[in-house]
Amino acid sequence: MIELKEQTPCAGLVPLVIGSVTLDEVAAGRMTAIAPHAGRRKALATAFRAAHGIAWPGPGRATGRAGCRALWFDHAHVMLMGPAPDPGLAEVAALVDQSDAWAVVRLDGDDAADVLARLTPLDLRKEHFKRGHSARSELAHMPASITRIGARAYQVMVFRAMAGTMMHEMRVAMQGVAARAAG
Amino acid sequence: MRLSRGGLIDRDRTLRFSFDGRGYEGFAGDTLASALLANGVRLMGRSFKYHRPRGVMTAGSEEPNALVTAGTGGRQEPNLRATMLELHEGVAARSQNAWPSLDWDALALNDLFAPFFGAGFYYKTFMWPRGFWEKVYEPLIRRAAGLGALSGAHDAVIYEKAHAHCDLLVIGAGPAGLMAARDAARAGADVIVADEDSVPGGRLNAETEAVAGKPGHVWAREMAAELAAMDNVRLMTRTTVTGAYDQGSYGALERLPADVAARPGAPRECFWRIVARRTVLAAGALERPVAFAGNDRPGIMMAGAVRAYVNRWAVAPGRCVVVFGNNDGAHRTASDLLAAGVHVAALIDSRADARCDLDVPFHPGARVCGSRGRKALEAVEVAFASGRRDKIQADCLAVSGGWNPTVHLACHMGRRPEWDDGIAAFVPRAGMVPGMWTAGACAGAMSTHDCFRSGAEAARGALDDLGLKAPAAPAPPRAEEAPYRIAPLWQVPGKGRAWLDFLNDVTVKDVALAARENFRSVEHMKRYTTQGMAPDQGKNSNVNALAVLADATGRTIAETGTTTFRPPYVPVPIAAMGAGAQGQGFAPRRLTTSHTASQAMGAPMIEAGLWFRPSFFPRAGESHWRQSCDREVAHVRQAVGVTDVSTLGKIDIQGADAGRFLDFVYTNTFSTLKAGRVRYGLMLREDGHVMDDGTTARLGADHYVMTTTTAAAGQVMRHLEFVHQCLCPGWDLSMISVTEQWAQFAVAGPKSRALLDTVLDAPIDGDAWPFMACGPVRVGGVDARLFRISFSGEHAYELAVPVRYGESLFGQLVARAEDMGGGAYGMEALNVLRLEKGLLTHAELHGRTTAFDLGLERMLSPKKDCIGKAAAARPGLTDPARERLVGLKPVGAIKQLTAGAHLFDEADAATRENARGYVTSAAFSPTLGHAIALGFLSHGPERHGDMVRMVDHLRGIETLCEVTPPTFFDPDGGRARD
Repeated sequence: MIELKEQTPCAGLVPLVIGSVTLDEVAAGRMTAIAPHAGRRKALATAFRAAHGIAWPGPGRATGRAGCRALWFDHAHVMLMGPAPDPGLAEVAALVDQSDAWAVVRLDGDDAADVLARLTPLDLRKEHFKRGHSARSELAHMPASITRIGARAYQVMVFRAMAGTMMHEMRVAMQGVAARAAG
Repeated sequence: MRLSRGGLIDRDRTLRFSFDGRGYEGFAGDTLASALLANGVRLMGRSFKYHRPRGVMTAGSEEPNALVTAGTGGRQEPNLRATMLELHEGVAARSQNAWPSLDWDALALNDLFAPFFGAGFYYKTFMWPRGFWEKVYEPLIRRAAGLGALSGAHDAVIYEKAHAHCDLLVIGAGPAGLMAARDAARAGADVIVADEDSVPGGRLNAETEAVAGKPGHVWAREMAAELAAMDNVRLMTRTTVTGAYDQGSYGALERLPADVAARPGAPRECFWRIVARRTVLAAGALERPVAFAGNDRPGIMMAGAVRAYVNRWAVAPGRCVVVFGNNDGAHRTASDLLAAGVHVAALIDSRADARCDLDVPFHPGARVCGSRGRKALEAVEVAFASGRRDKIQADCLAVSGGWNPTVHLACHMGRRPEWDDGIAAFVPRAGMVPGMWTAGACAGAMSTHDCFRSGAEAARGALDDLGLKAPAAPAPPRAEEAPYRIAPLWQVPGKGRAWLDFLNDVTVKDVALAARENFRSVEHMKRYTTQGMAPDQGKNSNVNALAVLADATGRTIAETGTTTFRPPYVPVPIAAMGAGAQGQGFAPRRLTTSHTASQAMGAPMIEAGLWFRPSFFPRAGESHWRQSCDREVAHVRQAVGVTDVSTLGKIDIQGADAGRFLDFVYTNTFSTLKAGRVRYGLMLREDGHVMDDGTTARLGADHYVMTTTTAAAGQVMRHLEFVHQCLCPGWDLSMISVTEQWAQFAVAGPKSRALLDTVLDAPIDGDAWPFMACGPVRVGGVDARLFRISFSGEHAYELAVPVRYGESLFGQLVARAEDMGGGAYGMEALNVLRLEKGLLTHAELHGRTTAFDLGLERMLSPKKDCIGKAAAARPGLTDPARERLVGLKPVGAIKQLTAGAHLFDEADAATRENARGYVTSAAFSPTLGHAIALGFLSHGPERHGDMVRMVDHLRGIETLCEVTPPTFFDPDGGRARD
């Protein structure tokens, strides 16, 4: 019998505060990729809402809030972040634990969108990427999930093994934006 | 010479700078060009080919002559246009393409030989002796001709890339652009205005005309301020839109002001990708020269540039100026010079019917036909209407041959502009770039009034198209609306060279020669003479050159047509396009949970895909990687080794049709696999070649986890998605990568089970865990997965835990292995272990091999179809003569085997025609005591026991080998099963 110690994806890399923007790790809790079985999408949406109290997100959208959030993740999957999935969902969906697979950070600040503009081709203008909008796109050259979670706050996720590269890219972008804003 | 008053410069802020080592002073608001002119410096560069002395000719980004280098070492930046370089404190600029100095340039000798250096000179001259081109001629020519150079030092500057989105992109902030932006912004559109100047306003900053009753530059400043204050407007100055691309995408290069770029972490330049739903191109127009003998003398400038220097920078480009033109702009130039107190020696108008009210010597119907001076203009020669020729003393000649609308961006999608006789210029057609409107001078509107009107019209069109209701916009402000009267004048005949392309030193004679030698198409002429191929992309010369070509070939200009306009509109540093891709930014780094521990153990890392994996773990006393590798192999064969295999792709596959799906994508059958068991699988591409291999475990009735190789994980995932979405979309199936969820470690060797029993919560029950078993276990109270599989041929397991525990588990596994006489092993040992067993990697699955080639043809199940099966059955892919997998071992005096070497029959010469195969992997086997290799040999499996020659032509190694079966060690696999 041994004892295993846990480590978070961004341990030793966060927080990063440069200019008006803060980057910090999000303790996302359980993360579960949920994909409906063939023909069970509607049933899943109903069961999902009943079990977790938040809507099943449509394409490009996120529902819920910190602690219990659901992100549209691809053509088949929704990522439930926070609670353990209701076991009953397994009747209508495939559930895959992804709690350790992603580095999840929150980028917050007046210039947060300007920082992201250096890293992702997404149109982040506030009328086009509102709170509750979520996208799979690229961050620098990494596959990413980007969600608007506040007026000036975004949740950004990349593969956990790329956490160091994300920090490098974020730092360069944040420094560039801060340097322009200074003076 | 600085004028005592006027200008948009800040005379309270003096800036010191240097040029070629000499110190000067200028003012805030100056460019390097205006500050040099203010200090009386006229000679700013040497020409590309003839090393002719050159001075500044324009006041914009089209400048062909005044190219300089600034900065040193890793911050050196060549080929900066002095007209675009904003003066800042301490800038140190240097001239280019001159030796030993700008003033005394030895290679000016070239100019004396100019009669020999005409178009096609290189093609005709340097034909023989043939070998001389590369060794002698080209290095000499490269040394003699040129522009600025990079320092060779690592680039220490930060560059940036960024994205922007808008409803309307307005390119150019002159009167037309400002008007379009104003109306669109007031209608609520999201507007980006990009202008390459540091100050919005365009020509309004260079002219003296009034707008709405106030000076034009004041109106522009106020309008820009109004726009900048609006939430829905982004005003980007110093930003040149460089290219128009598909679907409303535009490239743009932003130069940051020097004081901002000097801040820590700040970029020097930012390359923007702007995606716009609609665009208004209001890029203005570029004034064109007139070709006459000696028209490149320092002091000969564009008339519009002379006005800009006088009005915007309060600089007199000369003490005694002659103005020469074919349009009313020449008169305006003379007028502005007089108003500034500069002596105008003559106004020469090529139009015989021109009138002039100015108090200057006026010569209608006359033409400038030559110039005198060497490093500066001293006099111009004039052919008067009467036929008389005379010289007029002048140190500056302001020339206007008319204006060319800046149609470039409108042409970037491949369409050509059309000729407009009214203004003797090419203008854009409608719809050349989808979603783009053109306005202002670039659309042929030649008065400020017309620019305002066309800017407003373009905005209205774009807003309608966007579905935005434009409120009744206020009428455009009152502005100058004098007609643009022009009579075309391209060249003044005469003796001596008349320059067309100043940057590439192309003259009227060169173009005429091209036509004579039948390079009559404008594209051929361009390539034969190099006209338009310099960094200014022919902005100053294209239309003139094709007018000369039209004349020489007896066609109209419209018939002659233009060359192709291509991005970028201005030179863009590669560093800006590739911003961020240095060092760590080159590619994402995927680090395993054992990375830090491996580095602490001194392991050098190698890259596998984007992953970093340890090569070997050196111990005290080991000075060569082979020592470490051999020891690690022995650990696994004799005790126990631990290695991180988390990098292998892991795909979770669930659903009622999961087994059926795997049967379809793998050559062998998985639907029959029992839960709790693992099977090796082979996957083909649709063309029948092997894509990847790996093990797939059945975790439950409808639940599998597939393992791919590290390098092919993405390719396999993409392939599976393709098959699911396109070939069997109705199947009950879902899949997702779980590569990043699990940290997985191989524990291999005779003591592997003993080691695992010390870490698992419950010891392994031997009967329940035969070879190729899998199932859930617990480690330290954590749910984990255990697979009894082996890539080493030993009794081995792979243990997977959630990644958060990976670092902790790796440390404890390694410590326990070391206690048991083993330890961690890296990629080198892993490779030797699998080679000894004849197991495959992508060295063998390299994309051109089939299951048949690999000796795995029996894995193509005859009972079912699978992807690639039909294609793999093609006769060419089942020919016994194909190069097929074999083992090789050395039998002669030379014992070395190398990957990449070729195989030959013993008696054959080692030539390409005789090649019988090649070596894909080779290593020294410490277990067997000799080198071993895998390779592909024609008729391979039939040739076991034969001798072949391995020849490595690159390394000069030749080894006699025996052909063997590919499995060298424990061929019946007993060790893994025991």
